[in-house]
Amino acid sequence: MTAKRLFNEAEVRAAIGDIARGIYQRVPPPRSGWAIVGIQRRGVPLAQRLARALEELGAPALPVGSLDITFYRDDMGETALHPVVHETELSFDLSGKILFLVDDVLYTGRTIRSALNELMDFGRPSRIYLVALVDRGHRELPIQADFVGKTVPTQKEERVDIHLTEIDGDDGVWLSPRAVKTA
Amino acid sequence: MKDLLGLEALTPAQIEHILDVARPMKSLFTRSIKKVPALRGKTVALLFFEASTRTRSSFELAAKRLSADTLSFAASTSSVTKGESLLDTAKTYEAMKVDFMVIRHAASGAPELVAQAVKARVINAGDGSHEHPTQGLLDIYTILEKKKRLDGLKVVIVGDILHSRVARSNLWGLTKLGAHVTVCGPATLIPAGLPEVFGPKVTVATRLDEALEGADVINVLRLQRERQQGDYFPTVREYTELFGLNTDRLRKAKPDCLVLHPGPMNRGVEISSEVADGPRSMILEQVTNGIAVRMAVLYVFANPEGLPATPPDGKQAAKAVTALKALE
Repeated sequence: MTAKRLFNEAEVRAAIGDIARGIYQRVPPPRSGWAIVGIQRRGVPLAQRLARALEELGAPALPVGSLDITFYRDDMGETALHPVVHETELSFDLSGKILFLVDDVLYTGRTIRSALNELMDFGRPSRIYLVALVDRGHRELPIQADFVGKTVPTQKEERVDIHLTEIDGDDGVWLSPRAVKTA
Repeated sequence: MKDLLGLEALTPAQIEHILDVARPMKSLFTRSIKKVPALRGKTVALLFFEASTRTRSSFELAAKRLSADTLSFAASTSSVTKGESLLDTAKTYEAMKVDFMVIRHAASGAPELVAQAVKARVINAGDGSHEHPTQGLLDIYTILEKKKRLDGLKVVIVGDILHSRVARSNLWGLTKLGAHVTVCGPATLIPAGLPEVFGPKVTVATRLDEALEGADVINVLRLQRERQQGDYFPTVREYTELFGLNTDRLRKAKPDCLVLHPGPMNRGVEISSEVADGPRSMILEQVTNGIAVRMAVLYVFANPEGLPATPPDGKQAAKAVTALKALE
């Protein structure tokens, strides 16, 4: 019944730092065409933190956008979901950009599929890298992340909850059995 | 809830949920690709048994921007002229497996009659003098976008209240969200017992100059001459003299008062051109918002359970995270 903490505050920060260093070392320059897009909701503050971490490493000021994929989901009409819809804010031209698409948890891959479709409606990035704080497995589509903070083996009925200070008041990653409700 | 028949049946939370979904819909309009795949594969039949240009175009565009397919029907060119009944027409479309029926009809209650007979979702696009819920929602959306709140606002609705479905949907929606509404018009065109039906937030005035004092919003109704089969007022000229909104009258309202009109306008009758084209006029804004609100309605009702009885609250979702922490 109890939730297990996978990351504490320091570990969340360290994971973002590790991802930033990985990107900085492995993605070839020029860095001027880089841009970061976070998937609503917790991908957005992660994207902002990643931009700051990259800038501290020496990258130029990076444009950061947010993406709400609700209207691009493929399960409308199948599940009784009434999601809270957030706004998509992409104030820069995606065409020709090297995009880092950021999500908190990588799971079935369907969110990423939706996000890619939505991004293509905005423009034609020259390359998209996928970044996730946690990869919990159980993919249903052939999608893999390029940069991951932590890979966590999970059961399908378990849930992974990410807390970020900007939204939740604290930082942390939690694994809990399905019976535990956070909301 | 399967169908949207009127705002009377909705809770404040349900109204707010639709408006919450309409906001991101509106932000799609500034994209170069204004279409999202949310309702791909769904079919929306637009059954307009009564003339309408803007509402029908608005629903059609709303459906198309959600990637739904639309099917249009105009009573004047259909089997209705051959004597087919409303329910037979509806069941014919049901047999074609449409997901939505958007119905405009001259008879109050027609969409409800259809809603009980078909499995498809029915959206009322205006029925007689009963309700026009999406117009009410888009009016509220427009007010909220500018004023940020409804609670405590003074809204004046002026015109033919008796025959107006727009007035009824506005009255239900506005009072549920906390606004004070003053209805104003010739005494012959104001139904009796409004405060008894809508509660103490609704007052009745027969002098527009007095009603406008301290108003935050004025919703000017169209003088629907086609609906008035009787002598409700002496002449159109006198109506304009007493109830037409012009620049002089507008000065009586608050300086930042918004002017709404559901269209189509009779310029120089219920509203002067100067006001209609003036800086406080929200009339074209209403048209834009109408598409966003109708997209939100189609989207929300496309769910298997339709509009939820207790929709998610965007503001509270952020707060509900402490439980886990306590379990460590």
